[in-house]
Amino acid sequence: MNKITRRQALGASVGALSAIGLIGAAAHVANAATPAASIPGGTVNEVYQGRRIQITPATGGGHHGGHHGAGLPTVLIDGRELHVMRNADGTWISVVNHYETFADPASLARAAVRELQGATLAPFAPMSMSMPMGGAA
Amino acid sequence: MTVRKNQAKLTPDEKRAFTNALLELKRTGVYDRFVTAHNTFLMTDSDFGDRVGHRSPSFLPWHRRFLLEFEAELQKVDAKVSLPYWDWTVDRTASSSLWAADFLGGTGRVRDGQVLDGPFAYAAGKWAISGGVDRRPYLRRALGTAVAELPTKAEVNAVLAMPVYDTAPWNSSSDGFRNHLEGWRGANIHNRVHVWVGGQMASAASPNDPVFWMHHAFIDMLWAEWQHRHPKSTYLPGAGTADVVDLKDTMRPWNNVTPADMLDHRKFYTFDTEAAPAGAGGKR
Repeated sequence: MNKITRRQALGASVGALSAIGLIGAAAHVANAATPAASIPGGTVNEVYQGRRIQITPATGGGHHGGHHGAGLPTVLIDGRELHVMRNADGTWISVVNHYETFADPASLARAAVRELQGATLAPFAPMSMSMPMGGAA
Repeated sequence: MTVRKNQAKLTPDEKRAFTNALLELKRTGVYDRFVTAHNTFLMTDSDFGDRVGHRSPSFLPWHRRFLLEFEAELQKVDAKVSLPYWDWTVDRTASSSLWAADFLGGTGRVRDGQVLDGPFAYAAGKWAISGGVDRRPYLRRALGTAVAELPTKAEVNAVLAMPVYDTAPWNSSSDGFRNHLEGWRGANIHNRVHVWVGGQMASAASPNDPVFWMHHAFIDMLWAEWQHRHPKSTYLPGAGTADVVDLKDTMRPWNNVTPADMLDHRKFYTFDTEAAPAGAGGKR
């Protein structure tokens, strides 16, 4: 335990996600006009209940073998990133539905759209990791 | 010594004291620090890496410490307040007194999920959500919508009967008591209650709904009940486990408390269902 600090861990994962996000944004310019398209390899670009869902699969390069599960897809709803996680059994959860598992990122993103009822996702910028719970008051 | 009571048995004065203390912590900003902390841990605890608050053996001692910290903040506002617990095996419908306007308020309206009654309704002016996962500022619920039934006593008893605390790989795919109670495996206990409540409770920012504390106070009580039923079982793993908090490892964010320190809740509080320990009155 404690091989890396939580700050390092969070920094690393956020960095990785941003990198994937940039790739995703560029890749989707070409087919942005397509109303709904599910491309082999897990890329999704569709309008669901009036919201645009874009999913870019993990590139897979670099982090081989998924020991750290670094290969997370980027899921965007109307251009804002939905934080997602993969479970050990291969199912998925998102920050919006965090206690309910989904079979794949697309069903997870659609569930988030239903839950949002038109609301905008908040950014999940790295939060202060010092977290003065208690104490400071 | 703090006594944690069944929410269904609180007097009107006790309910008022509890909700007033919550509103005061919200006003001072203390409350939202707890929301942010929980959200952060939920987003970073990973089956494939470092994990402390969730999907790991330390789910139970981490939340015990988290609730203790929160309860101490409530008691700074009103020393008579303690965290009530919600036994959802008994109080299992939206018409339970828990959801009445003099306590937590009820379910949300269909159109936008907004809770319209009780002290935490947005219109009451004292409970604006700022640390949510989206921009909606009002407390939302959809009681019994995403999943029809809360866990039953029989389902809970089947989990309490499991003699092994936790098993490798110490994550959401583990067998054993902890993961079945957490709900990633089996009948689904703790997770399902979050889903049943809906709204913010179903999200990573679940402590935005005050029922969070009562749900986790009951989960915590079930851990104590499991210990009572299995006196020879203990927290696992013991030592030397990568990415996971071993029995005597410290837990973040406090860094000065271990699962071993959290095993005996009677150092900190008792439940209304058990006798006060001999020599109670010290410690806190």
